[in-house]
Amino acid sequence: MLEEIRIGVYVCHCGSNIADKVDCPAVAAYASQLPHVVVARDYQYMCSDPGQELIRQDIKELKLNRVVVASCSPRMHEPTFRKVCESAGLNGYLYEMANIREHCSWVTEDPQQATEKAKALVRAAVARVVHHEPLFERWAPVNPNILVVGGGIAGIEAALKVAAAGNKVWLVEKSPSIGGNMARLDKTFPTLDCSACILTPKMVSVAQDENITLLTYAEVEQVEGYVGNFRVTIRKKARSVDLNKCTGCGRCQEKCPVEVPSEFEAGLAMRKAIYTPFPQAVPNKPAIDREHCRHFTRTKGKCRVCFNVCQVGAIDYDQEDELVTYECGAIIVATGYGLFDPSVGPQWGYGRYDDVITAIQFERLVNASGPTKGKVVCKDGRVPERIAILHCIGSRDENYHPYCSRICCMASLKLAHLAREKTGAEVYNFYIDLRAFGKGYEEFYNRILEEGVNFIRGKGAEVTQKDGRLVVRGEDTLLGRYREVPVDLVILNTALEPQPDATKVAQIFGIQRSADGFFLESHPKLEPLKTATDGVFIAGCCQGPKDIPDSVAQGAGAAAEALSLATAGKVKISPVVASIDPDLCSGCRMCLPLCPYGAISFNEEKKVAEVNETLCKGCGTCAASCGSGALNVRHFTRNQILTQIEEVLAV
Amino acid sequence: MSTSTLELLPEEGLEPGFAAQVASYPGGEKIRRCIQCGTCSGSCQMSADMDYTPRRILAMVRAGMKKEVLSSQAIWYCAACYYCTARCPMGIKLTEVMFALKSLALKEGYVSLKQHSPAFYKSFYEVVERYGRMHEASLIIGLALKTNPLDFVGLAPFGLNMFRKGKIEILPHGVKNRQEIKALVQQVQRLEVR
Amino acid sequence: MRYAYFPGCSNHASSKDYEQSTQAVARVLGVELAELPDWNCCGTTGVTSVSPLLSAVLSARNLAIAEAQGWEEVVVTCNSCFGMLRRAGDYHRQDPAMREKIDAALAGVGKKWQGQTRVRHLLDILVNDVGLETIAGKVKRPLRLKIAPYYGCLLGRPRNEFEDSEYPESMDQLLSAVGAEVVPYDHKAKCCGGALMTTKEEVALRLCYEIIGEAQDRGAQVIAVTCPMCQLNLDGYQNKINARFGTNFKMPVLYFTQLVGLALGLRERQLAIGKGFVPVKQVINF
Ligand SMILES: Cc1cc2nc3c(=O)[nH]c(=O)nc-3n(C[C@H](O)[C@H](O)[C@H](O)COP(=O)(O)OP(=O)(O)OC[C@H]3O[C@@H](n4cnc5c(N)ncnc54)[C@H](O)[C@@H]3O)c2cc1C
Ligand code: SF4
Ligand code: SF4
Repeated sequence: MLEEIRIGVYVCHCGSNIADKVDCPAVAAYASQLPHVVVARDYQYMCSDPGQELIRQDIKELKLNRVVVASCSPRMHEPTFRKVCESAGLNGYLYEMANIREHCSWVTEDPQQATEKAKALVRAAVARVVHHEPLFERWAPVNPNILVVGGGIAGIEAALKVAAAGNKVWLVEKSPSIGGNMARLDKTFPTLDCSACILTPKMVSVAQDENITLLTYAEVEQVEGYVGNFRVTIRKKARSVDLNKCTGCGRCQEKCPVEVPSEFEAGLAMRKAIYTPFPQAVPNKPAIDREHCRHFTRTKGKCRVCFNVCQVGAIDYDQEDELVTYECGAIIVATGYGLFDPSVGPQWGYGRYDDVITAIQFERLVNASGPTKGKVVCKDGRVPERIAILHCIGSRDENYHPYCSRICCMASLKLAHLAREKTGAEVYNFYIDLRAFGKGYEEFYNRILEEGVNFIRGKGAEVTQKDGRLVVRGEDTLLGRYREVPVDLVILNTALEPQPDATKVAQIFGIQRSADGFFLESHPKLEPLKTATDGVFIAGCCQGPKDIPDSVAQGAGAAAEALSLATAGKVKISPVVASIDPDLCSGCRMCLPLCPYGAISFNEEKKVAEVNETLCKGCGTCAASCGSGALNVRHFTRNQILTQIEEVLAV
Repeated sequence: MSTSTLELLPEEGLEPGFAAQVASYPGGEKIRRCIQCGTCSGSCQMSADMDYTPRRILAMVRAGMKKEVLSSQAIWYCAACYYCTARCPMGIKLTEVMFALKSLALKEGYVSLKQHSPAFYKSFYEVVERYGRMHEASLIIGLALKTNPLDFVGLAPFGLNMFRKGKIEILPHGVKNRQEIKALVQQVQRLEVR
Repeated sequence: MRYAYFPGCSNHASSKDYEQSTQAVARVLGVELAELPDWNCCGTTGVTSVSPLLSAVLSARNLAIAEAQGWEEVVVTCNSCFGMLRRAGDYHRQDPAMREKIDAALAGVGKKWQGQTRVRHLLDILVNDVGLETIAGKVKRPLRLKIAPYYGCLLGRPRNEFEDSEYPESMDQLLSAVGAEVVPYDHKAKCCGGALMTTKEEVALRLCYEIIGEAQDRGAQVIAVTCPMCQLNLDGYQNKINARFGTNFKMPVLYFTQLVGLALGLRERQLAIGKGFVPVKQVINF
């Protein structure tokens, strides 16, 4: 290296976040003594405008060719300072960040130790930056097509918004119809508008929109490529019904001899083996559930009842799963939530007593198109005179899910209202805290209070039976009195939990998960819709429990994220990728199977491995495995990393 | 409980260090996480007999109401059934807290050994301390001597029945190495000083 | 199958019938129970209420003796012993402060314990080690009885890998395997009052009344138990319960070992049946 190395070091106070524990001026003074350092300064907020200007000026006036900022985690501000360097004409990769906040001031008690640690981190960064090389970002084109996975309200909203912008969108839904959980609800809090009335028009719009291709009974199997250029493989499960021929007349469902508990009705009613999940389904055409269809389960003697009654010949038992591929620039995952199974806690009596049901079952019970045509009755047909609603079943409980499921308080208020409206019963809500956090929610709570619902502040601890009647045991904590409340019907408001197949889905799309199992957003506040994989966005309850307004807002937001990528038309590709020195590569092929992205191939002619830089994500797995030192990830070369480690440890 | 008026809670009567003292007992470390949900009280089959429900006892512990807690009847109604512990959503070992409170009430003299419950536990402890094992006859005698020897008479028919069924041994069959049990008790007393 | 065996104070005194039937059944099933030398009381609620630490230390002493002899598992028959010995193990493994204290106390008498000894209930051994199939294969006289299995508190609580804390089922399976009809009922893991029978009799009588009452309502002829304390409370106090609540319960309360023993063809005398207070003749006759 011929050019003289001139480094500027900037130590940030981060208000009091760093300065409380780290003596920032002392660290700057120390840094100014280090080799190649031309200037070292400390400043209140390096990320502020004046802070950035400081660096810019120094680069120009002092002819700096390397910059070190000692501040926070690179996650948020590495791009900020990289841009600062670039705006002053310096390649953004000739810059290094030392994290003296998360790694130092926030986790070190003793100010003296913290200061010493900060010095070591800065020393290491200075030594490392010497070995940095200018790297250049490349641009790749963005495919304007978009994929939405999951046809609940969040996915529906996203698909409609994308389509309205004129982009093509494929909506992939696992079940035979879109609609998701919202389709199962009766009325919705806080306004009590009918769920189907506001959802169905949107579902129909999806079916009618020219820009939307709807694939129901389908699942994504594989995602290849990278932001802007994904190639997605989708499995269309054999529906056994030709959608082009089927008129949706429903005769097949009438005649089918096999009955199966209906998923949509939460087990309260039966459906047939050939079925449309609910009357407003989109598409309103059935699918054969091969697991239960007699034609498929019988070894001898076929059934063929539906085939025989179908007048248009739409039944096709020989249909096979079909794999289709779709190329798109961005993906929106909106796979929603599952519900906690309360039978794992026998104390709540679910599965042991007929008249202990879940909230979603009650939604179906009060619904006019539900199994009882909207009559709220006990199993034996009696109209309940006393009803208990238990909040927080499986939520806020370390034995099950420690998190709050957010929507259950409001849903419980809604159910209390509906229960009273339909039956005039005395209703008892057992709650721990009442969380009415949304717009109009507190007012809704007030309304329910005025309606005369009984509130018992204490979690329903146990449901048991006394003299043939259900009894809820709990403490009325506001009175400090133990109570046994006799009721006819118990509604358990169960936790929202990650979908049972969340692990698999996360893997397919390269999404991380938070401790609670839901999909993890890039930043809890500022990037709620992005994920660790560029170009893959999340919306709705797959990210965590939320109500319909929030799910819709996220669906629309994710559409905006995807569209902004598509509209830009091109995307920056990080230069931090693996590179192989062909002179050093021994051709051992160790690295080939290790790459999770299939980015390494073997050049048979030259007998060396080669990296496809567009596929490489720079994870470094290969570099760690290379025995001959031929593989390096740019910006994380052996030399750079080892120098940094040596300096951190040097005393 | 039975007072008809609720008076101002006198701040000077509170012991802010009480929660820390209870937390230092085995299994007490999580009491500050209690969200006062009442699952414990709703699960406790003795709640209805207690002067304060288990949840309320915990709230009082945290408020520093040492005198009220340690002289309460509630703690002597705990049968150690572990329902509260099994169900507490915050992982609080309330059964262990109840043990701690009984132990503190005895140790700091908040209860009289004339009362049946404290006398029973204390007598039990003494028998085990002496023999290393339970010996029902010694326990009954110890209990009667502490409380009211006439109680013994009340127990006699049942005891006699037990004896007839071969369920009561006249002489204790204790541990052979009683020295070791004594030494262990002393070790524990030393470790318990706080 | 060999295990270290901790009989507990009751089996040497008030529940000799449990001890005798345990030994008899173990013999038939090829389970060898080697009694720990010079074991001491687990501490149970009595000691724990005075010193929560002492009962952990006393329990640990037993487990240290087992460990010194090379045993990895200790079998108990009493639910309270089961709970108390496990409590010592849980503290030793999960609570560093408690581990330090337990170790220090044991060290004071020259003992040492790694804390890894597994404590298991005899019911667990029968159901999971011997196995239901094996036992069913040895049945000589299927128990044609309707039985309410009563588990009490400590078999599954606070929590362990063997039984459910709310709705245990292993004894149901065992008794079904030997031909009995088990009745499902809500009170199977409720509390019998334990030591409260001595200190707060009114409360304990009520609890036992509820248990026996439901068992009877569901058609049970016998209650099966796994614990001497439960046995004594449910059986020994039935007269008082009848007097207090105006009932006429005549519900025999037998140890599960006695019932399994009968099915295996053992004689009443070998199983010490008839040592309880409620007569068994009207339901079990030979
Ligand atoms: C009892 C109850 C009452 C409620 N009441 C109200 C209320 O009154 N008001 C309110 O605002 N909110 C209410 N909610 C909350 C509401 O249900 C949710 O906010 C909303 O349904 C979330 O929509 P979503 O699209 O994120 O998820 P979901 O509705 O769960 O939709 C997810 C969709 O993705 C599909 N899917 C899943 N996995 C895959 C996959 N791998 N591939 C393809 N597709 C997949 C599913 O089949 C489903 O169609 C209630 C919830 C409950 C449980
Ligand atoms: S159950 Fe646990 S969290 Fe709830 S009140 Fe009782 S101790 Fe507190
Ligand atoms: S352990 Fe004690 S306080 Fe807890 S539920 Fe049982 S009796 Fe009540």
